[in-house]
Order: sequence, then structure tokens, then C-alpha cells
Amino acid sequence: MEGGVAYENGLNFKATELTLGLPGSGETEGQGGVRNNNKRPMPTPETNEEESQAHKAADRGSRAQIVGWPPIRSYRKNSLQAKNSEGEASGMYVKVSMDGAPYLRKIDLKVYRDYPELLKALEAMFKFAAGVYSEREGYKGSEYVPTYEDKDGDWMLVGDVPWDMFMSSCKRLRIMKGSEARGLGCGV
Amino acid sequence: HLFIHSISIFQAVLIILHLSPFGSLLFSPFSSHLSSSSPIPHRERESFDSESLLSPFPQISSSGGISAMDRSPKRRSISPDDATRFPDEVLERVLALLDSPKDRSAVSLVCRDWYSAESWSRRHVFIGNCYSVSPEIVARRFPRIRSVTLKGKPRFSDFNLVPDNWGADVHSWLLVFASEYPFLEELRLKRMRVTDESLEFLALNFPNFRALSLLSCDGFSTGGLASVATHCKNLTELDIQENGIDDFGGEWLSCFPDNFNTLEVLNFSHLNTDVNPDVLERLVSRCRSLKVLKVNRSISLDCLQRLLVSAPQLTELGAGSFSQELTPRQHADLEHAFGLCKNLSVLTGLWEATAMNLSAVYPACSRLSFLNLSYTALQSQELASLLPHCPCLRRLWVLDSVGDKGLEAVGANCPSLEEIRVFPADPFDEDMINAVTESGIVAVSQGCPKLHYILYFCRQMTNAAVATVVRNCPDFTHFRLCIMNPGQPDHTTNQPMDEAFGSVVKTCKKLQRLSVSGLLTDLTFKYIGKYAKNMETLSVAFAGSSDLGMQYVMEGCSKLRKLEIRDCPFGNAALLSGLEKYESMRSLWMSACNVTMNGCRVLAREMPRLNVEVMKEEGSDDCKADKVYVYRTVAGPRRDAPPSVLTVSSL
Repeated sequence: MEGGVAYENGLNFKATELTLGLPGSGETEGQGGVRNNNKRPMPTPETNEEESQAHKAADRGSRAQIVGWPPIRSYRKNSLQAKNSEGEASGMYVKVSMDGAPYLRKIDLKVYRDYPELLKALEAMFKFAAGVYSEREGYKGSEYVPTYEDKDGDWMLVGDVPWDMFMSSCKRLRIMKGSEARGLGCGV
Repeated sequence: HLFIHSISIFQAVLIILHLSPFGSLLFSPFSSHLSSSSPIPHRERESFDSESLLSPFPQISSSGGISAMDRSPKRRSISPDDATRFPDEVLERVLALLDSPKDRSAVSLVCRDWYSAESWSRRHVFIGNCYSVSPEIVARRFPRIRSVTLKGKPRFSDFNLVPDNWGADVHSWLLVFASEYPFLEELRLKRMRVTDESLEFLALNFPNFRALSLLSCDGFSTGGLASVATHCKNLTELDIQENGIDDFGGEWLSCFPDNFNTLEVLNFSHLNTDVNPDVLERLVSRCRSLKVLKVNRSISLDCLQRLLVSAPQLTELGAGSFSQELTPRQHADLEHAFGLCKNLSVLTGLWEATAMNLSAVYPACSRLSFLNLSYTALQSQELASLLPHCPCLRRLWVLDSVGDKGLEAVGANCPSLEEIRVFPADPFDEDMINAVTESGIVAVSQGCPKLHYILYFCRQMTNAAVATVVRNCPDFTHFRLCIMNPGQPDHTTNQPMDEAFGSVVKTCKKLQRLSVSGLLTDLTFKYIGKYAKNMETLSVAFAGSSDLGMQYVMEGCSKLRKLEIRDCPFGNAALLSGLEKYESMRSLWMSACNVTMNGCRVLAREMPRLNVEVMKEEGSDDCKADKVYVYRTVAGPRRDAPPSVLTVSSL
């Protein structure tokens, strides 16, 4: 593990050494990687904010590499990984687009408890009225229809499936308008 | 010291026994006779059984150590001609009522008669380190054992610090037990290697076998479970809490015979594959004594609902996956089923529980004492809605996704809380917002004055917060704080966390177990050595400044039994400062410290009754002792060590 600059005989061999790395990239070895760092100097409080951030950043990268740290048993880590791969991050932000609007918005689905709350928020955000939902006829009384793209890539009508199922399958929202909206539950 | 201490207590007791034959009433609290005892949780067992197998009889001969008793000077006080001496049968009957291993160890040191009577009346033996003693010695010492608890690998094997083939194989023990304890009823193993061959051997050779508990063991597959289910006719307990077993499908559950109905405890919560729900339902409905049922994630909520309806007598339930979308009708049925369970004191499992589904468990929560929510990333609001339904809660495990707000809800709703464990939902996510901070732990301590056990994973902490916590809850017995970034200081003052742990050891006189973290200098260990007089277990990582740190601990902590250290600047001087101490401890672990092979050799030379083992890592310096594991033993050096584990001798 090379660190620092060797000035034997007054010659800076390291600086003139041919390597494939970027200039100066060989000097950061000392910071991260606590694993083999047995000789610890007397710890002093970090006075320079920027320095301590960088130190933390280096540690961050190396923390994932430290064997057995943090001390969590394997079966617990495995159940966490299975959970994370299903995409349950804190906050479920999805894009919302509206036909004719100049730019998209993003909302956090986790903030809403059910469909009425979500629709009220969308109506307020985009200044429209969604109409009354019924299973048979979809959204009646409006030329705007809220739809969403699910995991399979299909465009579905918002409101058909139970809220939890909607939360886990919704990838993005689109508020359709006008002629496109017809045929999507607007009348039989 | 133990010898003399016990003698003085028991001389007094003997005098009283002269007056009353009911001496057993004077011993520390004991429960009912072992043959009908309920399983004792692992962490409540003391390891003093091992002590009675070692000193103070240095010459334990092959006849079992009786000869050493003849030389004991204290025998003068008990004359064999004493007319008030109890016949052996009476003495054995009285001593048989003792459960506590500490009491039994003390009793065995009183005199030869008591030693003998205690040996013959002992039904359960606890061996905290399987290499501290051999099965032959155990069998000679205690001829009538019915229940064995064995622990194997060092605890850091849980975190992948111990090579896979390290050892702790149970098979050699089973071979001896088959001939010496053919009536063995219970076997509880922790961190041992168990093969399918061993499980089959167990199932076929012990006709009275009733209870098998495997915690953190590895080396077997569902095939081994099938052998147990097939052959153990009187099985009452099958408790498998695993990582590292081969899952070849759920057919093992079908191996219980159709007329088999004695099961009281069934836990397969960590197996990954599907079991047949019909088979499970039939098994549960015919086992009318079933009290503990913990299923795995493959069991749907529909199946769970049916299981609860057929087994409302359950006292402990581990639910399976809790994320299934339910229709209102299904939800009502599930809620009704939970309502039938009037005796539930433990609820766990609940993988990925949604808020909606969680409300179905409310009717079963009124007597709940232990709630384990650490398999679902609940938000603060969801926890706050659930807790008011659990007024009797004493133990709670959660993920840090509940945040400080969730912990405030704990403080507000759980006045009887004694234990809280907060695990990280995503340990490698530095930027996790809403994770827990020092405020959370303070909020819990304010609302829960009876708190005595805490395990807390966090990303930031302050000295002041910890001082507040122990001021609010001075009765801590277990204080385990893990600040996840190694060497991190107090985030408000940038000072080391020395004062935090100083306040813990100064205030909590009953402290038995301590885990430290954060930026720590030798001062932390000076405090520990000076104040932590009841501490038995200490875990240290990325801490300390010099050998002095460890020296303070070795010199000051008189009751220390287990010490595990990783990535600290402690070298040979530190290791050797504990020379006189290690024989009174179960074990010492030191990895990634500054110990060398020479230091280990000196230790091995000076203390021949210790095994000093070094695990070498590939490509490391020959002089360095990368991982050192030291433990006392009467069985001599291991004969089954793999090539990567060297037993250091003085040569």
C-alpha cells in the first residue's frame, strides 16, 4: 500500500513514475480503508469542516468494504436486501404529466392514504376536475382522466385496484385529456 | 475465590439445615424440576457450569475429581460421622430442586457429599464454549444429563469474521451422548456446525428425544430436518433459527407422521422455501398443545388466518409475509382470527407489513409483552398507531425507519418497556433521512424508566444524550450502542465519546454487558476499568489509543468473562496484561489489532491451560497474529482445527 511521497536521495521518484492514474490520485490512500489501519494516531477533533466532510466521504466509501461492519447478522441483512430490491425506498416519488402542460411534476405517493386524497392533490396541482369515479364507467363528467403506467408498462385507469396494490405497481402518472381519454372508461 | 466465598455461605446454610430439612428454600430463586421445564432463553443462562468443570480442583483425575476433594482443607468442618448428616437420597432430592447453574456450581464445592449428590441430580448442563471441555469429561462429571446446551463459534462469526470450516462440529458430542446419555431429551445448539448426518444420528439414537433448538448453526439442509420429523416420535420442540442452511424444499414438514401430535414449539421462520400450507394446517390442528408457532415468509395471510382459527391457544406467534393485498372481507376475517388469540405474549415475523394489514393484529395485542417489528420498515405514524394497542409491552424491536418520531411514540405509549432494540433498515445508506438520532433514544428513556436493555444502531450521537439516557434509566444491565461510522466523534462538540460511556459505567451499577463505538480514547477504558465492576461482556471496535486501554479493562473489570475486540491499537503488552485473568474468563477475541505471534507464544507458555489460537489470513505477514482467540480449557489443544487455525504452543 503506497502512500505519501518518497524523497530518497532528494529525488521524487514517485512524481516521475509512469502510472495510468490521474495526477495526484496516488495520494489519497491514507484516508479511507480503516481495515488495515492499525497504527492510529491520537485522535484530534476536526477543525476544518471541509476536511472532515472529505474524511467522512472517504470513510463512507470504505464502510461498505469493512468486513463484518456494522455488526448485523446475516439473516437480518438478507431480509433487508430482499426488501430493498423491491424498490421500497423511503418516499415513493413518481412523475406526473398532464397533456398540454409545459412541464412535469413529481409527487410522493406515500404521503396519501387513499385515492380521494391523491385525486384532490392532483386536481389542486394541475387545476382540473377529475369527475366522479365508478368502477363501471370510470371518470364521468370530465374530459380529464387520471391514468398510470404499471410495472408491465400498461396504461391503467387510476382507481381500479386496491390502494396498496396501486402504490406498489405505479411507475408514473399521466392525466389524459380530450379525445385520447375517450375509450378509457368514459362510457361503455 | 469462588471456593472460599461459597464455603462461608454454605457453612451458614449448613447450620440452618441442621435445624430444618427444607434447606432448598434458602437458595436463590429456582423454578420447577427440570424434566418439565420450559425452554430457558439463551441469554439468561449463566456459564458457571464451565467453572465447576475447571478450578479449584487442579488435578481432576479420570475418576472425576473426587480424589482432589480429599485434600480440601475445608472438609474438616463436615465430619462423616456427624449424626445429622443427610442420607444421599434425601440430599439428592433436595438438590434436584435447584435450577440455577450458579447455585449448582456453588453447591458442588461445599463438600464431597454435596459434590456427588449435585452431580447425580443434575439434569441440564450448559457449556458456553464447546472446546473448553470434552464430551467424555462432561459425561464422567454428570452421569444423568437429560438436557444439553452447547455453544460453539466465537460471536464474531455472526459477522463473517471466522472462516467457514473453523470447527465446533456437534457430531463428536453426539457419539459420546449416544452411549452415555441415551435418554437425552433436549439439545440446544448455538453457533455449532451440524450436518444432516448428525441430525439423522440424533433422530435415530435417542428414543426419548423431545426438543431441538438450533440457533445460528450451519452445515445442514432441510434433509436433516426431514430425518428429525420422521423419526422423533415424541418431539415437542423444533426451533430452527438459521442462516447458512441448504434449502431443498418444504417436504420435510410432510415427514411428520399422520398420527404425530405432540408438538408444542415450531419455528421455521428463517427457512426460505415454500412449505405446503395444507400440511402445515393439518399439523397445527392436530397438535393441541402447540404454544409457539413461527412460520416463514412463504405462508400467506389466508393460511395464517386459518392457522390462528385452529390454534387460538398460541402464546407466541411469528407471522409470515404481511404485505399481501387483502379485500375488506379478508381483512375482517384476519382481524377476527387475531381476536381469537387471547394468550398471545410474543408477536414477530410480519415481513414487509403494510399499515393497512398491521391494523388486523390490534385485537391480539392487549397482552403482548414482546413485539418484534424488525422485519418491516415501518414509518413513525404506523408505529404510533400500533403502540396504544399494546399496553403491556416490555420488549420492542424495530427498524430505524420509524425515526425519532416513532421513538417518541414509544416513550409516550410504553411505560412498562424494559428492552428496546433499534436495527438499521439500510446500514449502508449514509444519507438516510428520518433515521434515528440521539433524540430518539432520549425520548424513549424519558418515557420508559424501567428500561434496562438497549441495542441502538445510529448514525450520530452525543455525550450529553447518553448521559441523559442513563440518568433517566440507571438500571441498565445491557447497553449496546453502535454508531455506525467507525471512529465518529460527538457530532455537536466534535469530542470523543469517552464521556458518554463514562456516564454509563458510573451510573449503571448493574451493567453486565457493554458495547462501545464512536471515537474513543484510552479514557473510555479507564472509566470502564474503574467503574464497571459487574460487567461480564465487553465488545470493542475501532477504539482506543494505546495498549493502556486494554490494560485498564483487564486490571479493573473483575467480573469480565467475554471480551471481543476488533481493529484497535492494542498489542502484545495489552494482551499479556490479562495473563492472570484469562482463566477466569470464557474467552478473548482480538482481530486486526497489533498482536504478534511472539506475544501469543508468550501467553501460551505462561498459561498452559489456555488454548491460544491464531487464524491466519492469506497473504499476511508471518509475524502478525491477525485473529487471536484465547479460551480456557480442560480438554487441551483442539484436534480438529483446520489448517488456517494454529494452536500456538510455547515451542
